[in-house]
Amino acid sequence: MTAVEETPAEEGERPIGYGRLLRKEDPRLIRGMGNFVDDIQLPGMLHLAILRSPVAHARIANIDTSAAQAHPKVVAVITGADLAEQGLAWMPTLSNDVQSVLATDKVRFQHQEVAFVVAEDRYSARDALELIDVEYDMLPVISDVRSALDADAPVIRDDLEGKADNHIFDWETGDEASTNEVFERADVVVSEEIIYPRVHPAPMETCACVAQVERVSGQLTLWSTTQAPHAHRTVYALVAGLPEHKIRIIAPDIGGGFGGKVPIYPGYVCAIVASLVIGKPVKWTEDRTENLVSTGFARDYIMKGEIAATSDGKILAVRTNVLADHGAFNGVASPIKYPAGFFGVFTGSYDLEAAHCKMTAVYTNKAPGGVAYACSFRITEAVYLIERIVDCLAFELDMDPAELRLKNFIKPEQFPYETKTGWVYDSGDYEPAMRKAMDMAGYAQLREEQAEKRERGELMGIGISFFTEAVGAGPRKDMDILGLGMADGCELRVHPTGKAIVRLSVKTQGQGHETTFAQIVAEELGIPPEDIDVIHGDTDNTPFGLGTYGSRSTPVSGAAAALVARKVRDKAQIIASGMLEASVADLEWVKGSFHVAGDPSKSVTIQDIAMRAHGAGDLPDGIEGGLEAQICYNPTNLTYPFGAYICVVDIDPATAEVKVRRFIAVDDCGTQINPMIIEGQVHGGLADGVGMALMEMIAFDEDGNCLSASLMDYLIPTSLECPDWETGHTVTPSPHHPIGAKGIGESATVGSPPAVVNAVVDALKPFGIRHADMPLTPSRVWETMQGNHTAPI
Amino acid sequence: MQVPAPFEYERASSVSEAIALRERLGEEARFVAGGHSLLPMMKLRLATPEYLIDINDCTELFYINEEAEEIRIGAMTRHRELLESELLAQHFPIFRDAEQVIADPVVRNRGTLGGSLCQADPSEDLSAVCAALDASCVIASTSGERVVPMGDFHVGPYETAVGPAEMLTEIRLPLRPNGSSAYHKVERRAGDWAVVSAGAAVWMTGDGAIADGRVGLAAVGPNTTNIEPVRQALQGSAPSEDLYEQVGAIAAEHCSPVTDQRGTAEYKTHLAKELTKRALRTAVARVTSTTNGAMTNGAG
Amino acid sequence: MQVNIVINGQEVTEEIEPRMLLVHFIRDQAGLTGTHWGCDTSNCGTCVVLIDGEPVKSCTTLAAMTSGHQVTTVEGMEVDGVLDPVQEGFMQCHGLQCGFCTPGMMLTARALLDQNPDPSEHEIREAISGQICRCTGYSSIVRSIRWAAENGTPVSLEGASS
Repeated sequence: MTAVEETPAEEGERPIGYGRLLRKEDPRLIRGMGNFVDDIQLPGMLHLAILRSPVAHARIANIDTSAAQAHPKVVAVITGADLAEQGLAWMPTLSNDVQSVLATDKVRFQHQEVAFVVAEDRYSARDALELIDVEYDMLPVISDVRSALDADAPVIRDDLEGKADNHIFDWETGDEASTNEVFERADVVVSEEIIYPRVHPAPMETCACVAQVERVSGQLTLWSTTQAPHAHRTVYALVAGLPEHKIRIIAPDIGGGFGGKVPIYPGYVCAIVASLVIGKPVKWTEDRTENLVSTGFARDYIMKGEIAATSDGKILAVRTNVLADHGAFNGVASPIKYPAGFFGVFTGSYDLEAAHCKMTAVYTNKAPGGVAYACSFRITEAVYLIERIVDCLAFELDMDPAELRLKNFIKPEQFPYETKTGWVYDSGDYEPAMRKAMDMAGYAQLREEQAEKRERGELMGIGISFFTEAVGAGPRKDMDILGLGMADGCELRVHPTGKAIVRLSVKTQGQGHETTFAQIVAEELGIPPEDIDVIHGDTDNTPFGLGTYGSRSTPVSGAAAALVARKVRDKAQIIASGMLEASVADLEWVKGSFHVAGDPSKSVTIQDIAMRAHGAGDLPDGIEGGLEAQICYNPTNLTYPFGAYICVVDIDPATAEVKVRRFIAVDDCGTQINPMIIEGQVHGGLADGVGMALMEMIAFDEDGNCLSASLMDYLIPTSLECPDWETGHTVTPSPHHPIGAKGIGESATVGSPPAVVNAVVDALKPFGIRHADMPLTPSRVWETMQGNHTAPI
Repeated sequence: MQVPAPFEYERASSVSEAIALRERLGEEARFVAGGHSLLPMMKLRLATPEYLIDINDCTELFYINEEAEEIRIGAMTRHRELLESELLAQHFPIFRDAEQVIADPVVRNRGTLGGSLCQADPSEDLSAVCAALDASCVIASTSGERVVPMGDFHVGPYETAVGPAEMLTEIRLPLRPNGSSAYHKVERRAGDWAVVSAGAAVWMTGDGAIADGRVGLAAVGPNTTNIEPVRQALQGSAPSEDLYEQVGAIAAEHCSPVTDQRGTAEYKTHLAKELTKRALRTAVARVTSTTNGAMTNGAG
Repeated sequence: MQVNIVINGQEVTEEIEPRMLLVHFIRDQAGLTGTHWGCDTSNCGTCVVLIDGEPVKSCTTLAAMTSGHQVTTVEGMEVDGVLDPVQEGFMQCHGLQCGFCTPGMMLTARALLDQNPDPSEHEIREAISGQICRCTGYSSIVRSIRWAAENGTPVSLEGASS
């Protein structure tokens, strides 16, 4: 399969199907008429606030809630002991561990949930937290992940029977023996400890919910900031013992998710319990500190990477040993057979002889999480490892990093390509994407400019990253979350007048599903996208599916939407055959209508057919009335988007401030549905990359205190740190996806951090620098220039 | 989200009313100007005043005026006015340099000069600016006004010379001939507090030597808004890269930064030197260009 | 205490606690939920509204301090069914994704264009630099504001000059 240029849509043209189309979500959002969870007001609604631990590891000696109970506006104060009586003090995580809803025995990370208050208004709820008195008996803290497995390390999870250490799992992929053999005969071996620090998705909207339990019917309605409403419903049924048909999860407009709104957090469970106990609707809205310190963090991998190559730059093998900090509870939101997510794709875009990874995951006294922030189930870490270590190899070989990559790419004729860790890349054509990025950047001229600047003592860096993603989880034979297979339902109903609604299991948090999915159906049925409404985010009104994360909406639900539309079209064809008095086989489809082969004048539109399907008169034998269908799509494989990124930075030689001057991104996500939305997804991810590479980090002191507990300390890039992104694309469709689309939501977040870091390190080449860890703040860059680089964790 | 603890609110529409309220309500009362330092601290319950006296209606404190020998700035003058003032840019370009990198444009719409100085955060930029310019502060009370030099205004981190029944009302900047100024700041990201910043003001003699010069630093520990040995080294010296290097080193010696998320102590010390050099270089260049411009005009 | 704030031309008078933040007054008392909040420390700008025409972070302003002043929120941008060019620009140029930071961004853009009808890319980036967007990477927001500058009738400017 070769990369082909997509023809740009004509200016002002409104596509019936794929193409640039303004978003259907926007008219309400630009008027301030969106409906976010915190916007919801219900009669008699109460407000919940959570008391959190000020310390990272301590036994709870006593909790005195009497003063809080006495506050005139407080309705209830609930502690872990209260929940324990109901059997609700602990809940399952998405990784078959348990996590405490409210601490009963001890607190295991700073800011862990200890008690909650329900009050008549949010100010009083917050005030009452000050009135709860908790006595803590301090315990030794594990803040440094490297000491978690020391013999004398305190055991964090003494709640787990027989647990005598902080070990969670060991995991291995690839073939150790063959990899070692290749390393032994390689001309060149390069090793580097590469750290991906803890970061946080920090969506602009924090987590929130409103729980309402109807006393008589027992019906629970939960308005919630969830990326996966159906999965949440099932988990709540399992946690709270509520019958699943009595649970309705509504995810209204969501102000960004980035994976942070996949897990179930204690706050949601507290609100449900409160509504159950009190019999009134209860709202919980996290503040920003709570968001940063307790909800799903991302990354936190210490990766020892090694790469083996010939002296002329043929990469032979890669191996790595990873220490993973999972925090106090293993709350990783990954398919259950993949404890390290999809880190196994760390072989990248290169044709290798062997690869091997060993990983150990441990508990520390930090917040749980690990899979979030648009990471595609840990592919961020994998891509960072391979793209950084390839640059280290280029440094050692004194070879141009672009040339080194071009020399080692998997060739187009090798697809489908099975990697040495068992992943089957569906399609790819890497060199044209790389060449295109280099052309857009003016790569040769940039290198010339850099050489001239180096002569003058100026620091300019050019960083390259070439990534392959694995998205669209996933085939249900391999992939499930808590036993729920990762297939997606979709329902399509065409009304008599030819207008349609399509119901999705996935849920937008800004990705534009209401537009993209209307376009997918429009492309298949020829109904204009404005005539198609997309229903999502309400478990009572949508079919089951696993939700939006891991760039899976288009690969999985997008396929479902196309196939359900084809199912409707197949039925329409039979009805059309009756209307046109022709055999089904003689009908030809031109987007929006069927006509008799050879006679375009004998035709019926999809709207005509819809009316006939619902109208009076006979339908062809065996055909029921109506024009609707449903489907559950089980992907046969993941899809593998890829891209070539080039970043140009300038560094002030004296202050070590890094300025990202240019960023060129060429992405290939297969068939493009709405190029405008795709470009937007890429732009956002590129800003993430600048943030992670240069400033974002959730840091802790040695006592386990979180040092990044507000947006004053957790820095997110502003408009002034971001350049005007330069984007391009190639199109290499997925062979197994019904419309050839691959998913784009996380490509740029995955691919951009190594490009920025590689650019900074490239700029520092005159200092003999081969590696420096994120976040590359001015201080870290300057210390690196002085030869004093220290690991961030 | 976080909300402040309860308090009583009073609004003053004049300085005398504000001071009277402060006197009546006592030590548990605080003035609120822009509120962009105080309110976040109150939301995090790091500050829990019983009374807030809103002084945003004290319109008599909004001004930037040129007098015979000094520029006088009302304490309620907002960052944005300081940034946009042509009068300040003409006499003290250090203000525009600094204001471009203080917080962000929206915060600058509310935050005030007086509020910044009274917050007395060691990382705050305007204290260094005012110290470099040899400013003095007018502090009013029911018994009248007193004028405190900038060097005595800061008593310690988050502590100023303004007493419990007093109010900072004005900042005075002496106008001296043949001078200019500049500010340089390194921040991790736009809108962040300084990793380190340095302001310099110089006044030149007719023959091109430095008659007087001051350097103020922010975020490198206490007592760095005016470093006296820097001043001594500058006085009477001819500007040169060697001088900047020497003075930068003195500035660095007088810092006591701590290692934190913004940077290592070593890096901050290095920046103190580097930014001092840059600020001096820019300030001197500005004097020179103004002087040359004037001479050209005179010759024409 | 009683406060009286004119929001989008409508007088809103309420009895409130002095500590009530303006953002809560707008959302909970006036029921205008288009104004959002995203942090507690005036770093994110999600809560920006115009007070007397100037962008201000409403999570760091007391409702009490705003009594007697004019507030404009996103709900006040559309006048008689006609969108502000800034709103139109955000739609045309994909200046929003999740839409959470959008109201604050648009109001800052409106204030910028009122003062500077033809801002450069850098001036736009500077103007919005106190506001965080996690979705767009800012380029499309910059384009949206440029679109409004090029295609919009600066309604407020005309009003101000008359």
